[in-house]
Amino acid sequence: MGIYIDKPKCIGCELCIPACPYGAIDMVDEKAEFNENCTMCGACAYACPTGAIVLEMAGKGEVDTSQYEGLWVVGEIGPEGTLAPVTAELIGEGRRLAADLGTDVSVVLMGHEIADLADVAAGYGADRVFLVDHPTLGRYRTQPFTDVLTGLINKHKPEIVLIGATTMGRDLASRVAARIRAGLTADCTELSIQPETRLLEQTRPAFGGNVMATILCEYTRPQMATVRPKVMTPMEFDDSREAEVIQVPVEIDEGSIATRILEVIKDETGSDVNLTEADIIVSGGRGLGDPKHFALIEELAELLGGAVGASRATVDAGWIPATHQVGQTGKTVHPKLYIACGISGAVQHLAGMSSSDCIVAVNKDPDAPIFNVAHYGIVGDLFEVVPAMIEAFKQRRGE
Amino acid sequence: MNIIVCIKQVPDTSEVQIDPETNTIVREGVPAIINPFDENAIEAAVQLVEEHGGTVTVISMGPPQAEDALREALAMGADEAILISDRCFAASDTLATSYVLSSAIRQIGDYDLILTGKQAFDGDTAQVPPGIAEHLGIPQVTFAIGLEVDGKALTVRRLLEDEFEVTQVEMPAVVSCVKQMNEPRRPGIKAKLAAKKKNVQVWDQTCMDVDACLCGLDGSPTRVVRTFAPTRNTEGTRFEGEPKETATAVIEALIDDKII
Repeated sequence: MGIYIDKPKCIGCELCIPACPYGAIDMVDEKAEFNENCTMCGACAYACPTGAIVLEMAGKGEVDTSQYEGLWVVGEIGPEGTLAPVTAELIGEGRRLAADLGTDVSVVLMGHEIADLADVAAGYGADRVFLVDHPTLGRYRTQPFTDVLTGLINKHKPEIVLIGATTMGRDLASRVAARIRAGLTADCTELSIQPETRLLEQTRPAFGGNVMATILCEYTRPQMATVRPKVMTPMEFDDSREAEVIQVPVEIDEGSIATRILEVIKDETGSDVNLTEADIIVSGGRGLGDPKHFALIEELAELLGGAVGASRATVDAGWIPATHQVGQTGKTVHPKLYIACGISGAVQHLAGMSSSDCIVAVNKDPDAPIFNVAHYGIVGDLFEVVPAMIEAFKQRRGE
Repeated sequence: MNIIVCIKQVPDTSEVQIDPETNTIVREGVPAIINPFDENAIEAAVQLVEEHGGTVTVISMGPPQAEDALREALAMGADEAILISDRCFAASDTLATSYVLSSAIRQIGDYDLILTGKQAFDGDTAQVPPGIAEHLGIPQVTFAIGLEVDGKALTVRRLLEDEFEVTQVEMPAVVSCVKQMNEPRRPGIKAKLAAKKKNVQVWDQTCMDVDACLCGLDGSPTRVVRTFAPTRNTEGTRFEGEPKETATAVIEALIDDKII
């Protein structure tokens, strides 16, 4: 793998200079030239209008895998500027894998005004934190995050890179993996190290959860995986833990970023809990009969400190925004407790929630397929059962 | 505007099972469908062209029978269809697939927008759309629930975890579409018959500039080494009777299990 400038093609337009996040391009005799800061991130190749900058891809078997060492977790920062729970989960899982490999865990944090998060990552078990702080990184966008992360990976050569399988993680990991031609496994639910080969065994559901597949990346490095939120267990937070913090200086020109975010519209329905990060989800289906009855679902969710989910039928009917949809065409969730109210349990819905730790189903129809995956099934009218559950919980809590 | 829609023919996943004896996927007798998310991409493309003029070209990489999926797309209103099919593309993972698709798109050349479904129903990876964008060196906007075109500017509403993000980008770009974006049209008999008579081009590796080392098994860094059936909970406890009693019993059980 490498990058070079095809000098005759370079017209000296200098468009590559603002595109480079690492300040690695100088003009020498009106032609672009790389200096020692170059990380081969490839940002300049995309900015070049004449194709004078060429990124060379490695073919199979051409990567010297022995050069790669260490396990990385790419951090995700939530809307409130806090470390996303999935990042803590991946640091925890990363520690277990790193112990099997006899290596350490680094966390990459990209954002703006995030210096305090290095301590948080350390408290969850990071040995090292790469801190990339820049105003253009304040909210996730594909291009600058890809350029920065690719540069770091090319420079430091980790053997494993884990990213949360969130909308951000799936967008970023795919782009980076394509740029560096690394193998990437999506949406893993189980990771382990093969002792004899030191390879990362990546297990994931496919075919709507009907099949599990184990995947290896033998010839390329790093071995990249996105991992579902809520599947891995974080370590107990310990604020006495310390990490080596490496500040990564970057120069990113807002004008060279292709996308602009015009607006972010928060979904105000239901509780504040993010569905994919929730420990408890209470979901409503067609059995609610009317959009206003989601109030009952919200009441139980709020009481239990959970999030509100919904079946596809209710979203299609416009009863609740699409952000709440659980299932193969909505979100895949893995909470400790999933309470399905008035949801029959179509295969597509089950694909999105059947791996929940505990499933409670409330349905009038004793033959509803949701009962096949439920740990506790209540056959009855949800308008009687759910209020009774609310009452029973309040009583136990001593109200 | 000229739009290219990338589609995939997938097995209807609700009928896919693992053979417990051999631990391999049983595909025989499983109906093949257009990946449901791709139908939204086709619908979005046809709507945009109805509004702004232009053509919709639908492409698919797959075995010869994937032609059926392309014909369905033609019936939905696509103007042209290309099947990208060659033995050397077989067993491609997401990286190799996005490389082959991007090579075909380069060969088509004249495009403003590339639409895809957010992910395929069989693999569920969502890795191909960003891969295509990377190979073409153009921006990607994933998980789109709404699209507006104004000249060269594309405004996309994205569906994220618990918010919507409105992003603007200059075309050309790759946009992946979620299910809630629109209601795909169901073509009538007449449209289906007309689509049967249309030409579906078939492109093999000689029709485009591809490096065979980056296709198929050779171009795929990931390898599936094992498939198996997931463990499912089948031993549930069922409660019937007075709502007050059943509800209390379950709440008690959840508290005893320290779940709540």
